[in-house]
Amino acid sequence: MTLADDLARQQRSISVAEFFEKNKHLLGFDSPTRGVITTIKEAVDNALDACEEAMVLPDVFVGIKRTESDVFRITVEDNGPGIVPAQVPFVFGKLLYGSRFHQIRQSRGQQGIGISAAVLYAQLTTGLPTLVISRTGPDNPASRFLLQININTNEPEVVEQSEVEWDRTHGTRVQIEFKSSMAAKKRLLEYLKYTSVVNPHARIRVDLDDETFLFERVSEEVIACPRAIKPHPHGIEIGQLMRMLGAAAGTCGEFLVESFTRVGKKTAEEICRSAGISPDAPAATLSPADQKRLLGALQGARVPAPPTQTCLSPIGEDLIRKGLEKEFQMDFVRSRTRPSSVYSGHPFLVEAAIGYGGKLPPEGNAQILRFANRVPLLYQQGACAITGCIAGVSWKNYNVSQAGLPTGPLLILVHVASTNVPFTSESKDAIAAIPEIEREVTLVLQELGRELKSYLSRRDKNRLQEDRARAVCSIIPEIAEKVAEIVDLPVPDTSAIEGRIMRKVVAKKMSRDGRVRLEVKNYTSQPGALTIYDISPDAGEGADPEPAIVTELDAEYTKVWQVEIDAGGAWCAEYRGAGGGTLEIRGVPPEHVVVVDLNAE
Amino acid sequence: MDQKTQERLFSIAMRWYDQMKEGAIPSISLPTRTKQNIEFDDDTEVWKYGERESVRSAHTAKSALHLLKMSYVISFLKTQLREKRSSTLRELYYISEGWKRAKFSAQDESNLLIEDLEILTDLQREAFHLRPEEDGATIFGPIRLKEMTRRGEREIHCQEDVGEAGYQIPSNVENIDLLEHDARFVIAIETGGMYARLIENGFDEDYQAILVHLKGQPARSTRRMLHRINEEFGLPVLVFTDGDPWSYRIYASVAYGAIKSAHMSELLATPRAQFIGVQPSDIRDYNLPSDTLTEKDVAALQSEISDPRFASEYWRTQIQLQLKLNLKSEQQAFAARGLDFVTREYLPRRLTEMGILS
Repeated sequence: MTLADDLARQQRSISVAEFFEKNKHLLGFDSPTRGVITTIKEAVDNALDACEEAMVLPDVFVGIKRTESDVFRITVEDNGPGIVPAQVPFVFGKLLYGSRFHQIRQSRGQQGIGISAAVLYAQLTTGLPTLVISRTGPDNPASRFLLQININTNEPEVVEQSEVEWDRTHGTRVQIEFKSSMAAKKRLLEYLKYTSVVNPHARIRVDLDDETFLFERVSEEVIACPRAIKPHPHGIEIGQLMRMLGAAAGTCGEFLVESFTRVGKKTAEEICRSAGISPDAPAATLSPADQKRLLGALQGARVPAPPTQTCLSPIGEDLIRKGLEKEFQMDFVRSRTRPSSVYSGHPFLVEAAIGYGGKLPPEGNAQILRFANRVPLLYQQGACAITGCIAGVSWKNYNVSQAGLPTGPLLILVHVASTNVPFTSESKDAIAAIPEIEREVTLVLQELGRELKSYLSRRDKNRLQEDRARAVCSIIPEIAEKVAEIVDLPVPDTSAIEGRIMRKVVAKKMSRDGRVRLEVKNYTSQPGALTIYDISPDAGEGADPEPAIVTELDAEYTKVWQVEIDAGGAWCAEYRGAGGGTLEIRGVPPEHVVVVDLNAE
Repeated sequence: MDQKTQERLFSIAMRWYDQMKEGAIPSISLPTRTKQNIEFDDDTEVWKYGERESVRSAHTAKSALHLLKMSYVISFLKTQLREKRSSTLRELYYISEGWKRAKFSAQDESNLLIEDLEILTDLQREAFHLRPEEDGATIFGPIRLKEMTRRGEREIHCQEDVGEAGYQIPSNVENIDLLEHDARFVIAIETGGMYARLIENGFDEDYQAILVHLKGQPARSTRRMLHRINEEFGLPVLVFTDGDPWSYRIYASVAYGAIKSAHMSELLATPRAQFIGVQPSDIRDYNLPSDTLTEKDVAALQSEISDPRFASEYWRTQIQLQLKLNLKSEQQAFAARGLDFVTREYLPRRLTEMGILS
């Protein structure tokens, strides 16, 4: 027996499921911790995609419950259109089974790997089948399945199937149990938060081991589901072309017009001519050499870019801003949606937003939120083209400091939407460096950078005015006191100076000899109903006049007075104490208020 | 004198008081203290501040703070004058420690503020009973003077009554009476080494010269002393420095006044003072040991070309020559030709050229 014969006995086909079992990391299941996030991500992506297709506002429930010390039950439930019972086993129990793989349009999931990979992962770590309940409408009962995947054949195995009562009229619920840990809880919540930012029409409820979180929707608008388009002549490869030709019934000319977008009769004839093929030849009979020449002719054809309006679904400037504002507190937010564009025949568009200040961490690198087709990218930030573009912009031109990445209280969101997002790997963590995409990302960041710069310089101007206000209200009275001492005359009243320059409400706090004095003068031309909040360690003993409310929190007392001060009028209060703390005036726009602590250095 | 000083300081405070009473923001205006704003005054032949003024008004926190500091200083000086005490500029800086937010952040800041007050009152800081930290330079030569010290009057001959280092100029030159002299000219010398060389070689006796050690950039008292000797005795004043751009500025401050103290050029400058050397042409003619110019040297020379105080044919030629040579030399480089060369050959030749010796 030859060695080849010997080897031949060991050679056999490998099922996708087997392949996956050995290469979990390719699909984002490299560690149990990450497995949780990937599972939820896949299930939520499917839920949102399904709702979009059914044109309903997504209501998604995510549950994570610890059933044993290292076993977690993950539940994701949506109000989507449901799945017909005959399809359920294939959707969840067969890898590479899906509805969107052959369609050219923007969608979250594509290959049909994600959720079945999670089912497989559960099966491998706990041996437990996955529970699926789905209902397609009020007239149909809900179906309940217990599913597994046959690893040798990559075919679903239905362990149990029954009809059950379910309170939802339509939707799908999937429940998967596998070994994991909650070490990545923070990251998980981050993922859900970011998902909610770019899906402002979705409500996501989370029950995390009895802790609940709610990411509420801010938009009641159902987003239009992107419609599939035919392939573009520039975006096709030889294998796909051969398959399409093999299935074609008519002539080459008819085939081109029917199978491609942007190809009419005239263009089809031109393509055939440049490929040296008769337009009347039956498409299915082309020789391999003809096929190759046809591909060259397709790629060289002068045709317009593919239509982008229908197959892409940008979030939109307004909703990006709303989405960010509901999850982050910032002083400045701007967003931009670029016009759509094309790389290698694939339509794409870039959207971005910049946020500044507020409660963003003031130091360190900017916070970067990357998205592809409305899905947050959480891992491999450094390998992503988006990160590269952000680092490539010279932020110093926009008055933002930079050390590789921009630094400071800054948030940058970039969303790339495409019918075919070019990821660097199947785990879909990072976008590949495609020059056309990089150019669009850089342009949108520069546009936003310019807006940030003008905001920052406006803010600096306001600071200058504040500086002036401080000078007038706190230093001039001191000069007056000192000068009066030198010339040996009574201290001049400087409130006239303040009034003339300020035309604002000026509030002063000063303490001397164990007494605190608050003074509020209204130099505006309007009477004002003001609420004065004085927060300090002093309880406000012996206050005159007495505050309307006094509350204590962490040894700090908030003393509140409500007063009406006429234009040109003044109000003051005194109490025993040491001073310090903060003084706040509400009831007039903040730009018309100057607060000064005369004891502050 | 103290009465006048007090009145003038008081009037600054009074002006602010009146401004504030009228509801105006207190302010002061001062001449702009830059190279672009000094002008030659034909009557006194010195460079003074020009017309350009900048107003400091308490509009911004920075300017308001400046005015606040100034009012603290005025208040302090008022007390000091009343109690007939005095203090140094350094002490003033430390005294400000207790002034809360009016305290000075650096010595420079308090020095500048005192200069502002000098300009505003048209008085010297000595009138405020403030003295500089640095001790004055020294004099050696045939001159007799009388100094009013705190311990009585002293009459001193600056060759006979002094040690080898000479007579030390006090910080307040107004306390000196110049009595008599037996000299033909005054040489003001930049470095201590050259000053000591001339004394050791007996240059003062051989040529009836008064030697003044400038100690680098001369203190006000040194410049005031030179001004007085020149004016009261009519003796020519000659300045002997290294041959580099920084030393030309020493000459300029003796002859024309410093930009920082242009408000008292009339009292401090000696417009008829002449530059002996080291001239760039000496570096060439005597083939002196030299160093190449640094980038900063070149920049300083170029800035001098645009300095109105150097706008003469003589300086233009010399500075251009130096830029061409790309060299600089120290005074003491003459030692390369022997220790006596500078007193036996160089200085007599230069003095004859300049018409001081015949």
